[in-house]
Amino acid sequence: MTVAIDRATGKRRGGREPRPGPLQRLKHAYHKYWYAYAMIAPVVVVLGVLVMYPLVRGFYLTLTDANSLNSARRIGVNHIDATYKFIGLDNYADILWGPTAYDRFWSHFIWTIVWTVVCVALHYAIGLGLALLLNQKLRGRTLYRLILVLPWAVPTFVTVFGWRFMLADGGVINSALEALHLPAPLWLEDPFWQRTAAIMVNTWCGVPFMMLSLLGGLQSIDSALYEAAEMDGASAWQRFRHVTLPGLRPVGSTVVLLGVIWTFNQFAIIFLLFGDTAPDAQILVTWAYYLGFGQQPRDYAQSATYGVLLLSLLIVFTSVYRRWLARGEQQLAI
Amino acid sequence: MSTTTLDTSTAVTDQTPAASPARKVRRRGERGLAASFTSHGILIVASLIALFPVAWLVFLSLGPDKDDYLHPGRIFGRMTFDNYVFVLRETKFFDWLMSTLIVSLGTTAIGVLIAATTGYAVSRMRFPGYKRFMWVLLVTQMFPIAVLIVPMYEIMSELQLIDSYLGLILVYCSTAVPYSAWLLKGYFDTIPFEIDEAGRVDGLTPFGTFARLILPLAKPGLAVAAFYNFITAFGEVAFASQFMLDDTKYTFAVGLQSFISEHDAQRNLMAATAVLIAVPVSAFFYLVQKNLVTGLTAGGTKG
Repeated sequence: MTVAIDRATGKRRGGREPRPGPLQRLKHAYHKYWYAYAMIAPVVVVLGVLVMYPLVRGFYLTLTDANSLNSARRIGVNHIDATYKFIGLDNYADILWGPTAYDRFWSHFIWTIVWTVVCVALHYAIGLGLALLLNQKLRGRTLYRLILVLPWAVPTFVTVFGWRFMLADGGVINSALEALHLPAPLWLEDPFWQRTAAIMVNTWCGVPFMMLSLLGGLQSIDSALYEAAEMDGASAWQRFRHVTLPGLRPVGSTVVLLGVIWTFNQFAIIFLLFGDTAPDAQILVTWAYYLGFGQQPRDYAQSATYGVLLLSLLIVFTSVYRRWLARGEQQLAI
Repeated sequence: MSTTTLDTSTAVTDQTPAASPARKVRRRGERGLAASFTSHGILIVASLIALFPVAWLVFLSLGPDKDDYLHPGRIFGRMTFDNYVFVLRETKFFDWLMSTLIVSLGTTAIGVLIAATTGYAVSRMRFPGYKRFMWVLLVTQMFPIAVLIVPMYEIMSELQLIDSYLGLILVYCSTAVPYSAWLLKGYFDTIPFEIDEAGRVDGLTPFGTFARLILPLAKPGLAVAAFYNFITAFGEVAFASQFMLDDTKYTFAVGLQSFISEHDAQRNLMAATAVLIAVPVSAFFYLVQKNLVTGLTAGGTKG
């Protein structure tokens, strides 16, 4: 029984032996790795029961016409059995190219992409800007940092309501805009301004995380690199372009991936900011939730189908992103 | 810390400029007055933006009338803590506190306990199926709620776990467990391998090494994972809104919504409740925030 610690290389030590038969290999693997498997067993079991089983079941639901009227349910003491039936891939076909598919899926799809790209770009740009400012010798740096982290420290479901009061018609933002003789848009009613408001609030909530991570990344860049660049006569812009940005890539690529996943899945902000009043500002996640739980009868099958489509999108994106990074010999920190 | 660095830099520059009096020599990292002003200006504006919505919420919570948010000027004359008194005495605030704590602490405990050995195993050992397992851990973290909420709702209703704390805890564990494993792996990676080797030389089994040597060293990492689980469960909205039916079992995230989804919107009470919720969580957040960031980003894997 040797221990398979291999310093994160993932390669087995020593030369390659002739390949033994499958049964022998299984036995060998069992002897060699049984404690590793024993250690991951609790998580494997939990994931199997709490994630894989619901996932499989959810996938089956997408192949049926289940809704709240034909699912198993209990009225008083009477138990009513499920009566939904198997309809194959009809849900997928209906969502992707059925009648009014544009209004139901593609418009939300485009908005979700715009939402994710704009939000992550703003998070990154503002976060990087603030991180660069905080990375200098500056009086009161710690105080600034503590204040700037505040939007992350306060739970989102609390701050969203603060924003809702501020954005309401007659609230403080519109009062201020009117006092300056600027137009006061209907932030919570007009579709375009709803979207703007959602992006604004999400940017406000998401910048602190980016800022702190990028600040950590900046501080880990070797200052000798800056000295060398300066000796070679690099301007401030060149130092930023050729030292800072490449130095940030390991942290940057990780936080961008996390940011994309979190923003794409962002539920609380849009749901709490508008409730049911903004059909146009719903991203796919909140829209799927609306289909499954916000309307009567609840359309479980379609909601689950949206879920599966969303997950596939994310998995494709993550795989492409990782491969794209690996091509540049970048190791993603996640 | 910042003051000491400032002192040394000025002390050094005071000696240098004699050589070339015409041209001001600027040390690296030093800026002109204008650049300093710009930096401070931008940071002050950004701080105000970060601070204002929260400060506004606190301010509104002091106004006695539910429409005061439309006339903030009125609040100055009659600030009062009546909202807080009312929330604490007359609403279900303490019920919500209770259920929030049960659900969040339950998730935290289960998440960290189950994930600890796995975090260690994937940090130290390579086994067939390792890559696939890490991939599963990564993918489960990015599950949109829409994937699981419908089947979870069905399963929980079959097991009659809707409207029960256990049901919600189990749902949260579906994300908390893989996430904790991931975070803990990152922390275990920072503990030197030499410690494991020393343990092995002294005849400990892998389990013994983990339990006796690594676990005591990993307490800060466990704390961060626990805290992360706690705030995630604490702030979760979608599942809690659907899975809890009885208004004494609401978590804060649902209870807070109930102030405005009822027929009249009691915004002043809502603001007061929001402040009461936010203060302890934010205070705690500040205590651990530095570890949290390193845990989230540097908690990485190579390969």
